[in-house]
Amino acid sequence: MQVIVTKRDIERIRAILSKVVVASCAHSVLLIDRSGQLIAHEGAAPEMDLTALSALTAANFGATTEIARLLGEEEFTLLFHKGKSENVYFSAIGEHAIMVTLFDDHTSLGLIRLRINQIADELSEILLSIFERSKGSARLKGPIPEGKRE
Amino acid sequence: MPFINFSKDEIQCKIVYYGPGFCGKTTNLQYIYNQTSEKVRGKMVSIDTKGDRTLFFDFLSLNLGKIRGFDIRVQLYTVPGQVHYDATRKLVLKGVDGVVFVADSLKVQRKKNIESLINLAKNLAEKGISIRTIPLVLQYNKRDLSGSDAEILPIEVLEKDLNSMLKVPSFPASAVKGIGVFETLREISKLVVKDVSRKIMLIDKQVR
Repeated sequence: MQVIVTKRDIERIRAILSKVVVASCAHSVLLIDRSGQLIAHEGAAPEMDLTALSALTAANFGATTEIARLLGEEEFTLLFHKGKSENVYFSAIGEHAIMVTLFDDHTSLGLIRLRINQIADELSEILLSIFERSKGSARLKGPIPEGKRE
Repeated sequence: MPFINFSKDEIQCKIVYYGPGFCGKTTNLQYIYNQTSEKVRGKMVSIDTKGDRTLFFDFLSLNLGKIRGFDIRVQLYTVPGQVHYDATRKLVLKGVDGVVFVADSLKVQRKKNIESLINLAKNLAEKGISIRTIPLVLQYNKRDLSGSDAEILPIEVLEKDLNSMLKVPSFPASAVKGIGVFETLREISKLVVKDVSRKIMLIDKQVR
């Protein structure tokens, strides 16, 4: 299965992420798929390797999901790491994606959580339509004449 | 699972280096990292133990240039080779598009190579992927030990053990010295990109 994200999908996702940035005063919000691929980013560009952050986020989420299973839970749907000045909040968005919110002491975890909860359903629906469409396209694989391959 | 972003005209693919413990998966990535310019590579991330054994994975992203107007970005991962880290290997295999199986040429590791390849087939199958169809390349590492005190397996034996059924491209290598590392990477990238571009040709018209 391949995941296809169209321009329109990205525009809709970015509009939602932008809403979170503005309403929560977070400085950066990322949407990542569970295998570690970055889908979209909104807010100030952090001086870090976003691809590496995406890979580590997916791994972190995967590892804590295993911890949850050991404890008899299905998964932990949110994670929070607090630093001296920078904090990061991870939240599961549906079954396919993870939202990463980077914020400092100018805002609070409560406000971040509130704003994310307000958009989570809308974002989940868009993601569901992307992944469902991708499942459909997987059926297109079919036989292709060798000559047409690159 | 390639990630095709029509907004940025970018394709992200995931390649996993698999193999038994101490076969040289991390060394492959370190050599690639050291030999590529900052323009094309990202940060190398390693989650390992103090004994230099991979605990979770190593990660490196590379930009391979353009194909059919799309920027191709590959993400290279390694898995922990030790037998008891199977849950971690399964996590890293999530969304995989291509696999490099690194085999250890040391004779004492012969059984471990076979066990690891069987483990790969099993873990792929759990994700609904057949080891016979996924882009796969074999690398026979540690060829530089030939002629030393350590006894190493002839290529023919490794081929018979690991590649008689799969019949995929294979490369002798010495990851420490950099021999065969880029040949392996080029071949797996080629196979993955070919696989992905075949899919794009089908999807492109429908989505744009």
